[in-house]
Amino acid sequence: MDSTIPASSIERQVSSPAAKFTVALVGNPNTGKSTFFSALCGVPARIGNYPGVTVEKKIGKYRDSQGTVTVVDLPGTYSLSARTPDEMVSVDVLLGRQADVAHVDVIVAIVDATNLERNLYLFTQLRQLNRPIVLVLNMWDRMQAEGRTIEVDELSRRLGVRVVAVSASRSQGIDEAKKMIRQVAGEPHATAASLFPPILEGEVNELSQWLRETADIELQPFLVERLIFDIGGAHASELARRPKLSELPARLAQIRERLAVAGQKVPALETRERYKWIRSQLAGIASVPDEQSRSLSDRIDQVLTHRVWGFLMFGLIMFAIFQAITSGTVWAMDWITGSLQSWLVSGVESLLAPGTLRSLVNDGIIAGVGSVIVFLPQILMLFFFIGLLEDCGYMARAAFVMDKLMTKLGLSGKSFLPLMSSFACAVPGIMATRVIEDRRDRMVTILIAPLMSCSARLPVYVLLVTAFVPQVSWLGGWIGLQGSVLFAMHLVGLAVAVPVAWLLKKFFFPGDVPPFVMELPSYKVPSPRVVFYRVWERAEAFLTRAGTLIFCTAVLVWAAGYFPGDHRPLNELTRKIEQAQAQAAESAEADASTEKSLDGLPLDGLPLEVLTAQRRQLSGQLIEQSLLGRSGKLIEPVVKPLGWDWKIGVGVIASFPAREVIIATLGTIYSLGGDVGEEDEGLRAAIVRSRWPDGRPVYTLPVALSIMVFFALCAQCAATLMVIKRETNSWRWPVFTFFYMTALAYVAALLTYQVGTLILGAMA
Amino acid sequence: MSSPTLLTLADIAPGQTATISEVIGDDAIAVRLMEMGLTDGETVRVVGRAPLGDPIELSIRGYKLSLRKLEAARVRVQAQKASDVT
Repeated sequence: MDSTIPASSIERQVSSPAAKFTVALVGNPNTGKSTFFSALCGVPARIGNYPGVTVEKKIGKYRDSQGTVTVVDLPGTYSLSARTPDEMVSVDVLLGRQADVAHVDVIVAIVDATNLERNLYLFTQLRQLNRPIVLVLNMWDRMQAEGRTIEVDELSRRLGVRVVAVSASRSQGIDEAKKMIRQVAGEPHATAASLFPPILEGEVNELSQWLRETADIELQPFLVERLIFDIGGAHASELARRPKLSELPARLAQIRERLAVAGQKVPALETRERYKWIRSQLAGIASVPDEQSRSLSDRIDQVLTHRVWGFLMFGLIMFAIFQAITSGTVWAMDWITGSLQSWLVSGVESLLAPGTLRSLVNDGIIAGVGSVIVFLPQILMLFFFIGLLEDCGYMARAAFVMDKLMTKLGLSGKSFLPLMSSFACAVPGIMATRVIEDRRDRMVTILIAPLMSCSARLPVYVLLVTAFVPQVSWLGGWIGLQGSVLFAMHLVGLAVAVPVAWLLKKFFFPGDVPPFVMELPSYKVPSPRVVFYRVWERAEAFLTRAGTLIFCTAVLVWAAGYFPGDHRPLNELTRKIEQAQAQAAESAEADASTEKSLDGLPLDGLPLEVLTAQRRQLSGQLIEQSLLGRSGKLIEPVVKPLGWDWKIGVGVIASFPAREVIIATLGTIYSLGGDVGEEDEGLRAAIVRSRWPDGRPVYTLPVALSIMVFFALCAQCAATLMVIKRETNSWRWPVFTFFYMTALAYVAALLTYQVGTLILGAMA
Repeated sequence: MSSPTLLTLADIAPGQTATISEVIGDDAIAVRLMEMGLTDGETVRVVGRAPLGDPIELSIRGYKLSLRKLEAARVRVQAQKASDVT
């Protein structure tokens, strides 16, 4: 093979510095950073994760007059002290130590113009990294609306960087920002003068020299400074593992000791000096916040965080969101699974003869794609509301209001919305956990979210409750037993989630309670653009990343239910039925009642109903022979203690892609054909009639309850598992979730059946 | 003139203002508090409390910050009378 390209030519292709370069977008949370990113690049070219961490990697591109600019959107951080995964990734990317990201040529530091002082803290660290910087003063419109000013030119002169005023949510100032980014990319830049007292500079130089002489390590001054500032920092302990540098921790302690003696105690030294510098830079050129506008936000807060009104408003808003993502999306989901899917299926039926290909397309691919896009309405709806609440400033207040209650679960207020959303569907719920910065809190929230009783469990509950729970009611029909059981099923998951969260915190994610240090942004009218970008970004991420995996799972389960087996008789029968149907339609159309069978394909003189019944029986037999059916029989000894027969076992295995699939599978096994719903009299009658070989009925109240409890707690939802994979960036956690939930579901179902049988036996 | 009482930010009533004298400790939480602008000498106002009494809302350096009482107790302050506010 002589297809190797000389390394030098690759290099020339990738980096022709004038036209193409890479920009890193850095800023605090709540600065409108992602809105600015969208205004620059449109929809991101790539959303993924940095290898091995749950930090989202977002890369976009835009073209200006001279070429393509790549933009790396770094996670929102308050500092570069590299204590959290977000901060560590940011530092690595900025210093060119992240292998999968190109060298950063320009840093775009974005700050909230209405909150300049705190936002510039990060800038004071960025200016030490020896890269050209453009400072973007975002939310310029809001700052002006508050009646304030910042003298941009003077600020630029004092800070020694180019400064641009932008209102990203209105797309104002974007072209100017692009122009400025292009300009600084080509300019030489001066090294920023230190803002720390000389004693620190001396210590940094000395430590750099020691590192160079002892271990031949050349570190950038910023990193050496960080070694001194970050007590117990990860970088220092990493270096100290090298044999020559085992002395490092002791040295750092001595340096800190010397600084403390000089009245410069670490870590207070760093923050104090940086803030002092910022205040001196801003003196006289940035007007202080207007008391009027501040008090308006305060007054809104007095209502929204009030002891009574606060909870009431919170409850109302959450109720509205919950209604919108459940009832508000039902029509769309019904349209996808009903009209759209059956339209496609009948279209394929008219094109393809009955056979493996048709079954693959209809039962595998169309059903598989359907199982992906059926989640879209809920994702769109939830992220519409999240975008709205985040942009108007209420989201932080919701976390503020709920925090105290959520600490009882060992979580924080930020976990509330994702968990509540999971009652509609865990998929958008898990995606919403991105608002939780603390990694351990986020992981625990992701892992317990699937326990919340989502809407896909409802069909299973309805089928079994209506068939086996007696229709008893009290208080003049206001409280029914069936409704109560339905309600209890929704509580099972929640009740189990509390100890699970506690155990996960204790054994898998141990550590101190993370601080709840959260900015409460001022209230404002939400921007449609911001909300739109937010919804679009999440929908795209779901479809491209999780969607493909969900689709594959659906097709795999289809194959397991299809192979092996001789489908020829079934195909033959299907052809006959379709012919008869077409004929019936034709004759009805022509209004001709003459009986006439088509050449070579006699109807055997059997009525359509008999043929359909034959087909149901055949497909029931085929699924029994299939891999799926065989595994159902294989696991019968395992599920027998739960009171289940092999048919229920098959239903449970087949419902791995989605819980509600069990209804269609049971329909097929009980020879009802694929099209049954939970309200279907035929299926309900069939399961009531179902018998063990010795004649006992299979389904009793304890069996029905054990199935319901199993479905309340199991992880039979490929979409949820794939979203966990995407969000945690590891296969470990979906596998963990599957096993812990299945084990939990099994034990709970076992207890339900055994205890239920005992009680019924005692009553009899 | 102030006596060295051990008052912390968690003890300040809503609507009251205080001056920060020190953030206790050098761990991640202390550093985060300092990075958010809670540095010595800075003036801070307690805006209000969440419906269940915790966390609290602060106004500092021209923006709003919420902290749990547990974290607020890490911030040693000196209470200010309304007339002292600069």
